[in-house]
Amino acid sequence: MLPLETFKADVAIVGAGGAGLRAAIAAAELDPSLTVALVSKVYPMRSHTVAAEGGSAGVVQAHDSLQQHFDDTVTGGDWLCEQDVVDYFVAQCTPEMIQLEHWGCPWSRKEDGHVNVRAFGGMKIERTWFAADKTGFHILHTLFQTSLKYPSIRRFDEHFAVDLVVDEGRCRGVVALDIASGRFVLIEAGAVVIATGGAGRVFRENTNGGIVTGDGMSLAYRHGVPLRDMEFMQYHPTCMPGTGLLFTEACRGEGGLLTNKDGYRYLQDYGLGPPDPWPRKKAMELGPRDRLSQAFWHEDRKGRTVQTPHGSAVNLDLRHLGAKKLRERLPLICELAEEFLGIDPANSPIPVRPAVHYTMGGILVDGRTASPLPGLYAAGECSSVGIHGANRLGSNSLAELSVFGRVAGEEAARFARTARRDDNAALATQAGDAIALATAMVRRTDGTERLAALRREMAQSMEDGCGIFRTGPEMQATCDKLAELRERYARVRLDDVSTAWNTEWLNAIELGYQLEVAQAIAHSALEREESRGAHQRLDGFTQRDDVRFLKHTLAHRDGANAPKIGYGDVTITRSPPGTRAYGAAGEHAEAALGAAK
Amino acid sequence: MTVEPRHIEIEVLRYRPGTDAEPVWQSFRVPFLDDTSVLEGLQAIKDDQDGSLSFRWSCRMAICGSCGMMIDGVPRLACHTFLREFFPGKVRVAPLDHLPIERDLVVSAEDFVRKLEGITPWLVPREARTLAQGEHLQTPRQLEQFRQYAGCINCMLCYAACPQYGLDPEFIGPGLMALIHRYNEDSRDGARAERMELINAEQGVWSCTAVGYCSVVCPKHVDPANAVNQNKVNGALDWVKQRVGLKGASK
Repeated sequence: MLPLETFKADVAIVGAGGAGLRAAIAAAELDPSLTVALVSKVYPMRSHTVAAEGGSAGVVQAHDSLQQHFDDTVTGGDWLCEQDVVDYFVAQCTPEMIQLEHWGCPWSRKEDGHVNVRAFGGMKIERTWFAADKTGFHILHTLFQTSLKYPSIRRFDEHFAVDLVVDEGRCRGVVALDIASGRFVLIEAGAVVIATGGAGRVFRENTNGGIVTGDGMSLAYRHGVPLRDMEFMQYHPTCMPGTGLLFTEACRGEGGLLTNKDGYRYLQDYGLGPPDPWPRKKAMELGPRDRLSQAFWHEDRKGRTVQTPHGSAVNLDLRHLGAKKLRERLPLICELAEEFLGIDPANSPIPVRPAVHYTMGGILVDGRTASPLPGLYAAGECSSVGIHGANRLGSNSLAELSVFGRVAGEEAARFARTARRDDNAALATQAGDAIALATAMVRRTDGTERLAALRREMAQSMEDGCGIFRTGPEMQATCDKLAELRERYARVRLDDVSTAWNTEWLNAIELGYQLEVAQAIAHSALEREESRGAHQRLDGFTQRDDVRFLKHTLAHRDGANAPKIGYGDVTITRSPPGTRAYGAAGEHAEAALGAAK
Repeated sequence: MTVEPRHIEIEVLRYRPGTDAEPVWQSFRVPFLDDTSVLEGLQAIKDDQDGSLSFRWSCRMAICGSCGMMIDGVPRLACHTFLREFFPGKVRVAPLDHLPIERDLVVSAEDFVRKLEGITPWLVPREARTLAQGEHLQTPRQLEQFRQYAGCINCMLCYAACPQYGLDPEFIGPGLMALIHRYNEDSRDGARAERMELINAEQGVWSCTAVGYCSVVCPKHVDPANAVNQNKVNGALDWVKQRVGLKGASK
């Protein structure tokens, strides 16, 4: 083994997308004397935040309120949100959006020069800040370029995290592989922030980039931190058949319609109507993502979808918006439709179907982003801070990475300032073990399993068992399959035995992460005997069951075995669980609630 | 509705440090449909034929900027280029020109990132503002002044296209000139003078020989050539203003 290089940091951050960059800047601003190590397996501007399109929530209009943002979020999450955390979150969204503006984010504007906002699904009042339909791209580049101002941020670009080091019950750093050289580095730190994004690539058809493989979730999970609410995977209703590429919810926020093969606005058949008058908030196409994806599933069963070479689809019809508005508000959507499908959305509807989009569960953290492992923090999609519940409200994830990225950076910096930092040979020993394990995979000569085959089987099985609608036997089959795949994973044989830029090796380590996160998802799903938000069952558990399951699921790793599933309480402060309704039913429910008050 | 795939030959320029003395072409045959991208073709090679083929990729939708490469001699994004275009012929895929090869289709981005760090690529507010004061006002017209130049995804295709960068790697290059222009044209920014020094330096705009190929290959229509040209005008104006002592000169 090569001699191990060591870097001493105060705060180490794994992942340099929106949350990681925001955390790095926050730590650097809190105390410029601290050294911040920012570790990312890609250059920061390649991180998947870049692909977020529609926008980020923040209350700005006079007739909107924090209470309404709170209600949309908690109702949208089917009451599985931490309400105290949601209160903090909604109050911090707008200041964070203004902060991004001060750093140069090119938000779209109104004629008077103020920032413009648009409507999103499940949202009572327009509060989505947007930069055309490239909001994530602009936020990411703004944060990355701004981060270059701070000399205390030391980047480790294209460094792949293979493990955390933990000593005396405290997270003490990260072991990373320099992808270009094949050399490892131990980054010792007073505190570690995980900001590695979601795990959507464990499913076959998804909107996610290839790098979204649940790395940080798996690292925390391996060190005893539970993964919370992992069964709640968000299907986004409007994606490209086959590739899964996203057509933003802003398409509908700007007035887009969804129709079936007969040109009928089928959402009215699934508790989201009536269709007129239009547009109406929290109704029809502006319903929440889980309900729209479920409506597609039913419509498909009824044979009322259109057929494409990559599966059935419905029509996302933007024609009535006109070419000018489409170019101004949805330029990326126009480009995707034209380049990938040969369709001009001003002239033809776009075929769309649901695809896996967002991991609502994640690393268990409290409202200040601290995990149960002292010194370990998490923010963004990899974390479960408690604002998404069983179904995330569109526009809340970019806001989340800003709000809680900052919190994580500040909290980690404070922790690092007071943390004891003795030199400790145990850290180097642990790092050596992690490196030996990672290296053994390349050196193995007796393997028989092909990496891509295992990955495909995993992704297909997750789609079969943990899709939009679920049944016990199908989830059990997925759980069994994942156990088999983990066993076969030990026999993977790589074509590539080199060390410099061996991406097959990285993919193999990622698959190890993915299989464990997939198990957490499938077993959490199997054990939840009710239907709530994005977890919908067809096998006798079709209703929400607040008596048994107004609970967070906690998946604990148990070595090579299946995870152990436990439960935690949900913090309810002032919004008791009620009927989650949209369309006319939702309007009636709100009127009744208003009258009661 | 099933469609039978056709097959196409992809030739890839391979370079494995320690194994290959110099880059060598290697040929593969992959199945494809009308909407199969060059990136998906490379993924099929890696998954099913040769796992040692290395290339960067992530988003698959031309926004992360990872998968730039020479495709039949033209700098393009592999996720945004479709195999059907080359059928029934073959397609040749090579690493981006003008950048050192690290392995196979992976080139070094170090020079680009080092230069990016040096151009003050952040907003230096004209006036200090607290969060409580809210956002800066900026009209749609003011946004339009720089919006296009803020669209650069740092894919480096324009560096592979730029003959001047090929001759003199000290040249800041088209993409970063566009980014400098993006901040200089932002009504909220006050650091134009500082950045104009870079623009007017030897490795700034005056290195550009106005070939314009950078704008042709740009996948996001950022038009870096136009940014460079406008800065030649701005640079010249600054020079004149300084000579005659006019107010408003950047220096």
